[in-house]
Amino acid sequence: MLGYIVRRLALMLITLFGISVIIFVLLRIVPGNIVDILFDAAGFVDPADKANLERELGLDTSIVVQYLHWIGGLLHGDLGYSYVSEKPALDEILPRIPITARLAGLALLFSTVIGVPLGVLSALKQGSRMDYVLRAISLSGLSLPPFWLGLLILMASVSLFGTMPIYTPNPQSFGQAVAIYCVPALAVGFRSAALVMRITRSSMLEVLRQDYIRTARAKGAPEATVNFRHALKNGMLPIITVIGIEAAFLFGGLIVTETVFNIPGIARFLVEAIRWRDYPIVQNLVMFCALIVVLANFTVDMLYAVFDPRIRYND
Amino acid sequence: MNAINYDAELRRAGAHATRGWRKYAFMAGRNMLGTIGLVITVAFVLAAIFANVIARFDPLEVDSAHALAAPGAKYWLGTDAFGRDVFSRIIHGARISLAVGLGSTALGGSIGVVIGLASGYLSGWVDLVFQRVIDILQALPLLVLALVMTAALGPSLQNVIIAIAIPLVPSVARVIRANTLALRELPFVEAANAIGMSQMRIVFRHILPNTLAPLIVLATAQLGSAILTEASLSFLGLGIPEPYPSWGRMLSESAAEYVRTAPWLVIFPGIAISLAVFGTNLFGDALRDILDPRQRG
Repeated sequence: MLGYIVRRLALMLITLFGISVIIFVLLRIVPGNIVDILFDAAGFVDPADKANLERELGLDTSIVVQYLHWIGGLLHGDLGYSYVSEKPALDEILPRIPITARLAGLALLFSTVIGVPLGVLSALKQGSRMDYVLRAISLSGLSLPPFWLGLLILMASVSLFGTMPIYTPNPQSFGQAVAIYCVPALAVGFRSAALVMRITRSSMLEVLRQDYIRTARAKGAPEATVNFRHALKNGMLPIITVIGIEAAFLFGGLIVTETVFNIPGIARFLVEAIRWRDYPIVQNLVMFCALIVVLANFTVDMLYAVFDPRIRYND
Repeated sequence: MNAINYDAELRRAGAHATRGWRKYAFMAGRNMLGTIGLVITVAFVLAAIFANVIARFDPLEVDSAHALAAPGAKYWLGTDAFGRDVFSRIIHGARISLAVGLGSTALGGSIGVVIGLASGYLSGWVDLVFQRVIDILQALPLLVLALVMTAALGPSLQNVIIAIAIPLVPSVARVIRANTLALRELPFVEAANAIGMSQMRIVFRHILPNTLAPLIVLATAQLGSAILTEASLSFLGLGIPEPYPSWGRMLSESAAEYVRTAPWLVIFPGIAISLAVFGTNLFGDALRDILDPRQRG
């Protein structure tokens, strides 16, 4: 088991390293750097000034040296400086993380709390009208663009309550705090809930076909025990996989949701940094995102071993 | 015991419908949802192809005098802030969404098939290298990778197609690789080797056709994802540039400002996106039920 963990960690490091190289190179494919953009607007370009600025920003060295500079800094906790605000990147990124973390956590909670029970219900009542309705809802959840759902929610709240839930860092009341966090979390969590519902349904159906379920019923176990203690518990693996994957991919949905609801989290920050060509910020945010995905996958794999005693990562 | 009406039961089971149009009519009836999905998808394709005929106005024509008109007899779905007819823009937007969706799915699928086949059939260090590349590509959410790629390449129609195609490659490669690994061990491959068939021919003539079923199912699901991702990119302003009408960008242009005053700007493009993705998803689900019932969900 320990050997497996060590190998997984090594693989994770290789993956993160690969991503850092790819993102670094991608951002520098297009000829012309930030200095060109800055000076373009100024009109008269003094080559000496330009060279000075390039040296200051470290852009006069080769791409390999620049990359090593960044990676070296990363390992020390120095993420470089933002081109736009000239503050350390870490100072820009760190305060925004808790906001996005709250949204992501709430969204994950909603998707599990809504998705799993409805999926179980759908599976138990397979073929019934409720099953079709639930399947239609889950399919629509997968089809609705999350930003459109956010816009519709804004429209609804405007016509119903007259105002929109506008984000403030210090909510005055608990009700307001609930509104500004739960509403966007619902908008982005709806899609995840739909996915979880679908997987729960198919996994439950798969398990309910097994012989041991028939045995449990035959020996007179109450229906609730059969459904939950035997069926759901044994069908958890694919469900955990999807929840774990969704936890990581929530970032994508949060990008548009934070933009729609105007929430200053790191997902929206990524879009802003891309628009302003603030490469240090973009690089670090992408690495952060990759780190989250890789950690989520690792956690899911570890949870496999917990939930299914047959899985032991020995060789 | 009631007598069994054999004819009726046989007919219900489809014994009369084994060939031609009857076969497809029977399959359509059995998979009603998938048929609806197919109809929706075909409707969008037709709208995209015949956009010039269906749309009443030029989608790019600015007419400030009639800006922000509510839906009515002249402008069926209203106009936007520049006076452009929303209905015409939605019909022409179908072209863009379909082009990007089909283009990126096809491109990503092709690359994924090649990588998957090479990885699965050749094994060894080729497999190891490709596996690492796939892992790396899969470590980022679809939208994040597409976003970074459009930022890197610049906003244009071709770049958006490429930017969405690349993140789609890992899933295809994984599925093809898994199937190739299984198919490679089968006797007919061994036989083909024994008679001296070249490796390329074996791969493309024997292995690839047998991996098509899950590939088609995956492709329809990815088409939906591609359309949604294109809409998200355009919504963020980093996707299809002016002047092409894109559903996603129609929503961003109308976003917060017109929510109260011009709701038709928000409702209709969103319905278009949702309906298109819904149709492809329904059709994809039905295809999966038909081709690969083990994957039922």
